[in-house]
Amino acid sequence: MPAVSKGDGMRGLAVFISDIRNCKSKEAEIKRINKELANIRSKFKGDKALDGYSKKKYVCKLLFIFLLGHDIDFGHMEAVNLLSSNRYTEKQIGYLFISVLVNSNSELIRLINNAIKNDLASRNPTFMGLALHCIANVGSREMAEAFAGEIPKILVAGDTMDSVKQSAALCLLRLYRTSPDLVPMGDWTSRVVHLLNDQHLGVVTAATSLITTLAQKNPEEFKTSVSLAVSRLSRIVTSASTDLQDYTYYFVPAPWLSVKLLRLLQCYPPPEDPAVRGRLTECLETILNKAQEPPKSKKVQHSNAKNAVLFEAISLIIHHDSEPNLLVRACNQLGQFLQHRETNLRYLALESMCTLASSEFSHEAVKTHIETVINALKTERDVSVRQRAVDLLYAMCDRSNAQQIVAEMLNYLETADYSIREEIVSYLCFPYFFHSWLWYHKYHLLIRMLHRTSPDLASSEVVSEEPADTVHDADELFHKFVCKNNGVLFENQLLQIGLKSEFRQNLGRMFIFYGNKTSTQFLNFTPTVICSDDLQSSLNLQTKPVDPTVDGGAQVQQVVNIECVSDFMEAPILNIQFRYGGTFQNLSVKLPITLNKFFQPTEMSSQDFFQRWKQLSNPKQEVQNIFKAKHPMDAEITKAKIIGFGSALLEEVDPNPANFVGAGIIHTKTTQIGCLLRLEPNLQAQMYRLTLRTSKEAVSQRLCELLSEQF
Amino acid sequence: MIKFFLMVNKQGQTRLSRYYEHVEINKRTMLEAEVIKNCLSRSKDQCSFIEYKDFKLVYRQYAALFVVVGIDQTENEMAVYELIHNFVEVLDKYFSRVSELDVSFSIMFNLDRVHIILDEMVLNGCIVETNRNRILAPLFVLDKVAES
Repeated sequence: MPAVSKGDGMRGLAVFISDIRNCKSKEAEIKRINKELANIRSKFKGDKALDGYSKKKYVCKLLFIFLLGHDIDFGHMEAVNLLSSNRYTEKQIGYLFISVLVNSNSELIRLINNAIKNDLASRNPTFMGLALHCIANVGSREMAEAFAGEIPKILVAGDTMDSVKQSAALCLLRLYRTSPDLVPMGDWTSRVVHLLNDQHLGVVTAATSLITTLAQKNPEEFKTSVSLAVSRLSRIVTSASTDLQDYTYYFVPAPWLSVKLLRLLQCYPPPEDPAVRGRLTECLETILNKAQEPPKSKKVQHSNAKNAVLFEAISLIIHHDSEPNLLVRACNQLGQFLQHRETNLRYLALESMCTLASSEFSHEAVKTHIETVINALKTERDVSVRQRAVDLLYAMCDRSNAQQIVAEMLNYLETADYSIREEIVSYLCFPYFFHSWLWYHKYHLLIRMLHRTSPDLASSEVVSEEPADTVHDADELFHKFVCKNNGVLFENQLLQIGLKSEFRQNLGRMFIFYGNKTSTQFLNFTPTVICSDDLQSSLNLQTKPVDPTVDGGAQVQQVVNIECVSDFMEAPILNIQFRYGGTFQNLSVKLPITLNKFFQPTEMSSQDFFQRWKQLSNPKQEVQNIFKAKHPMDAEITKAKIIGFGSALLEEVDPNPANFVGAGIIHTKTTQIGCLLRLEPNLQAQMYRLTLRTSKEAVSQRLCELLSEQF
Repeated sequence: MIKFFLMVNKQGQTRLSRYYEHVEINKRTMLEAEVIKNCLSRSKDQCSFIEYKDFKLVYRQYAALFVVVGIDQTENEMAVYELIHNFVEVLDKYFSRVSELDVSFSIMFNLDRVHIILDEMVLNGCIVETNRNRILAPLFVLDKVAES
């Protein structure tokens, strides 16, 4: 029976909830809620002091209203008052409220911390538990300052009750995460390691979570946990199903704890002590063996729990990368899962195999599954599963199978959805593949395929051996940088790339800023600037590599030194690769180093301008373009763009005052090229005619092309 | 770690939400709406793990109710998938529901108790207790106190 009908039921709350459920519209619901908020507000302000039961009832209502999505800006005081009640039910609601609706009011914080202090000192395990839960869920800096010293003591004290130890362990974890400086290592660390031997498995679970995080920053302090974790894991895995009583889940002994212990072991290299190492190997073999045995139960929960442990064990085997026998067995097990009827298992197997592919012991074994993975690419209905298949094909690729894999990826390109298509193209254009498919004369096939399947992915630039952009409006962002030097070049959910550059004569310097937008580190972060052979002879680029690890929220910087040797038509490509979480990221973006960056303005009189204009009358020297305006035809903005382009803006030269005239010189190491331009707007037709005259046809062509995109 | 734990119905109404990292309230409603949209568009051929922004969603459907857990890469997906089931079984045991529909009903009218159960199982984004009897022990005590 639902507790609401029992004595403690708070019938007013039940009635309120019914009212909300019966509301026919969002407006009705909001009206009812506001009515209740007004009611509660008046009760809280009233001169009659509320009894504990009423306070609890109203605080509970506020909590419910908050859940519905309405911000609550009062009630904290009353919730805090409930904390000092001696009744468990009232205290519990008070703690629940302040854990869910965290408030940074300093006066309240002081009162809350006081209540917590009292409850911690009360020696009543239920009250201590509530207080610890609150700290663990809120864990503010103020709480850390108040309690970080005391919690480790509670955790390792002999007379602390098991349930309190559990909460204390995770409480300490929270405080360590938010304020590591306030939780220094000390005597308590070795006692915490011994909690792994506790007979209460809940305590062991909590302790394992704590040690796993602490060990990452302080591996030396917690080294001794390895042998304890191994023996614990070993005992669990070999236990009969009756041994662990309530920690057995559908005939699987303590699955969540096993997963946690395996995770903890992944913080350390393989154990040095041969006895410990032997025991661990035995344990892992047992887990692998159990996967092959007939299941003890037909229920899906049994196999899921068993497989959770299995995948984690495989993860450990891959991490250690030291036992060829185990690695091959892991590979075979994953191979079996690749063809399992459950999509979850196929997905996890593909993901796991990706990491396995980078181990030298198992790389060959992984390659044997190539047909299955290719089949997955073609037949899987879930796009994230197909994505894993693409990642795995890329990871298993080497000289022996590059031709086959590239061919399959090209085939798949025709029918793939847009998101995967971009990834495949970027993989294919990575230098390794670049040389592979050049070698196999697939280059032309790729270009034709790109033109056929995705005209917007391919552009005229691609024909000159550049990888295609992997961002939808990359072209637009690229063109944005033709007339300006600073800004954001690229942004997706993980990464932001910003640019800041300056140019002088035929030299330039570009700062590229890579911002990690996530809270997870990027590993093996490798940005490379790639120029085609033609481009390399005209544009000299020098850069230094950056730090391969980019912390969450951090930004790294790369400097590119630029020298324009002669005029050039193409743009260099910036290719970025890194590991994020379990995935491999590869993207490419055009780097906006364009010919006009080396354009210096030249002032001249009207007479001079027309004289030079006549001199450049050879048809090869002139390039003209008539095009539709992309942006509103504002004269001031147009002038700014021409100046941003690098040209001088010559006033009162053209007899028609609406026309724009410019002049400048392109500086290269080998030559200087004089350039004249004329932009004629037709406001009625919303069109422009742009004419470029320079002494070199290619330069006229390129500048006209670049400038046309700006309007 | 576990970033959040949600129970949302097919109509997009949140029945339970617990965040283990601070998220602004207006961002929560947006997140919950997006999450349920993602889950509703899944078919049986697809796996129970959705890659969403820089973390993963593990979801499981029980009649009209979706339980969705947001995790980062330090969690084992399959273990969290079964944690959800364990949680539902604990709720089932406590509320002794008669039909699928009663689950939603029981949760709404006993939100504080459901929170207690969840808090016994997951603390600070970590799985802490999975033993059904130990999870329900404080609630049985609470009920006894209330009756007296």
